[in-house]
Amino acid sequence: MAVENNDIQEKLTATFGEAVSNFHQDRDIFTLEITADVNTAVILFLKNDPALRFHFLTDLCGVHYPKNTVDRQFAIVYHIHNWYDNKRIKIKAFINGDKPEIKSISKIFLSSNWMERETYDFYGVNFIGHPQLKRILNMDEMISFPMRKEFPLEDGGRTDKDDRFFGRTVDNC
Amino acid sequence: MSELLLPPEHRYARIIKEKLNEDGSELSILNLGPTHPATHGIFQNILLMDGERILEAEPTIGYIHRAFEKIAENRPFYQITPLTDRMNYCSSPINNMGWWMTLEKLLNIEVPKRAQYLRVIVMELARITDHIICNSILGVDTGAYTGFLYVFQFREKVYEIYEEICGARLTTNMGRIGGFERDWSPEAFRKLDVFLEEFPAAWKEFENLFERNRIFIDRTVNVGAITAEQAMSYGFTGPNLRAAGVDYDVRVAQPYSSYEDFDFIVPVGKSGDTYDRFCVRNAEVWESLSIIRQALEKMPAGNDYHAEVPDYYLPPKEDVYTNMESLIYHFKIVMGEVPVPVAEIYHPVEGGNGELGFYLVTDGSRTPYRLHFRRPCFIYYQAYPEMIKGALLSDAIVILSSLNVIAGELDA
Repeated sequence: MAVENNDIQEKLTATFGEAVSNFHQDRDIFTLEITADVNTAVILFLKNDPALRFHFLTDLCGVHYPKNTVDRQFAIVYHIHNWYDNKRIKIKAFINGDKPEIKSISKIFLSSNWMERETYDFYGVNFIGHPQLKRILNMDEMISFPMRKEFPLEDGGRTDKDDRFFGRTVDNC
Repeated sequence: MSELLLPPEHRYARIIKEKLNEDGSELSILNLGPTHPATHGIFQNILLMDGERILEAEPTIGYIHRAFEKIAENRPFYQITPLTDRMNYCSSPINNMGWWMTLEKLLNIEVPKRAQYLRVIVMELARITDHIICNSILGVDTGAYTGFLYVFQFREKVYEIYEEICGARLTTNMGRIGGFERDWSPEAFRKLDVFLEEFPAAWKEFENLFERNRIFIDRTVNVGAITAEQAMSYGFTGPNLRAAGVDYDVRVAQPYSSYEDFDFIVPVGKSGDTYDRFCVRNAEVWESLSIIRQALEKMPAGNDYHAEVPDYYLPPKEDVYTNMESLIYHFKIVMGEVPVPVAEIYHPVEGGNGELGFYLVTDGSRTPYRLHFRRPCFIYYQAYPEMIKGALLSDAIVILSSLNVIAGELDA
């Protein structure tokens, strides 16, 4: 029997109440939002519930939203997949921009180990309880977090490229 | 000697000092990589060894990290395809097509059936080349050079087909939003027919050379075995997972580009060891060949090779020079000034090594707001230290090549 969106929503709301919200079907993937403090509990619940069985972590990554209010400036996005019923869901947890931290799920899914390290490397998100939280793709001596939106890709002092002529603004180029 | 190679605080140096074997011999550190002919790419592994046995390993990755995700946030959608080429460069058409399909999902574009079938053909060719490389190099690593030389010419033949389709060979940058940049030439189909004619005999011979070969079996059976539960927890997908006995394949689970029209089986192994991975890849090559044949057979008539989406599909070059409207569209598309909805998309395809996913967040501007590549190599390579624990050094090399870790995809 396939897992229905309603079942997921009912079970999660019954267990976690206010902490899970904003359930909606986003194109072909069912999406929900959780508060950062329940991330391990929700994911463990989804994994161990005999009807839901979301047993495979497909992807984990961060997104930076510098224009949001300060307590929602980073999002950690989990894509979790149930192979038995072939159902995917996406879970978003927003975290504080000044002090980005969230609990690590590396005890639940071994595969999240490097994905969390990658997210730390790019965004500086502190995964509490991670066994070895250090940079993975960039060099250890690096002091900035390059995927944050304020990190420039090119030298800002270049004068040979004037983006105004191409209808671009600082925001969209 | 080891003090010279590593900073004194490295934990292995401490372990060596604390731990002395009963017979007075001591443990040692071996630095495998970053560049070594046997690692086929830039991977560093610091190994703690007791004689020939590996006790522990610490991988370091990122030597060819090129910040594709950051660059992608500053490029219009067309200019991101060359970046996807350079991830798994052994099967770049799959990456290209996966990226176009992500955009088509974003823009709700329906691709004509014929173009979908052409895509299936080129993706299966890419899978064949990927598996040719992996399996024949595995042979080289176990000391059998002949098989490699024998099948590698067929990779060349596939590259000639790519060349007919898009003009490039290794980093193909193939296709457009909605289909291909041009129809396939009769020469491409002719070369494809020749390939389908000649390759099976060679692949059969390659299989015969290895599958019952005493030396090869001794080197690979029960080497680097991983259980299905462990493999799933480590995020394995693709042939490496299927070798452990789990029949998960994105082509079956979430068919894209009309994969549901074709009959094929998903080969699975049992023990998840190096030999099973080799056999699963061998069997997949036969399935890919069968899919290509079916696609050629069922190919719809006509010459549709792209969807009618003038907003996103570059107009023919002749028109750009003579027709004002085409020139405007050309300019707008090249400069990235095309309408893009605000959305979040996740699109998976079955890459050569497993589930290759594109997580795309757009904010309506000319570039992605965030693009994350779910790279199968990156995710399953973290199981490597676990898999080589207790193995011999020569096994570690064989396990690495049977996992088919591609440095470009690992580091992105």
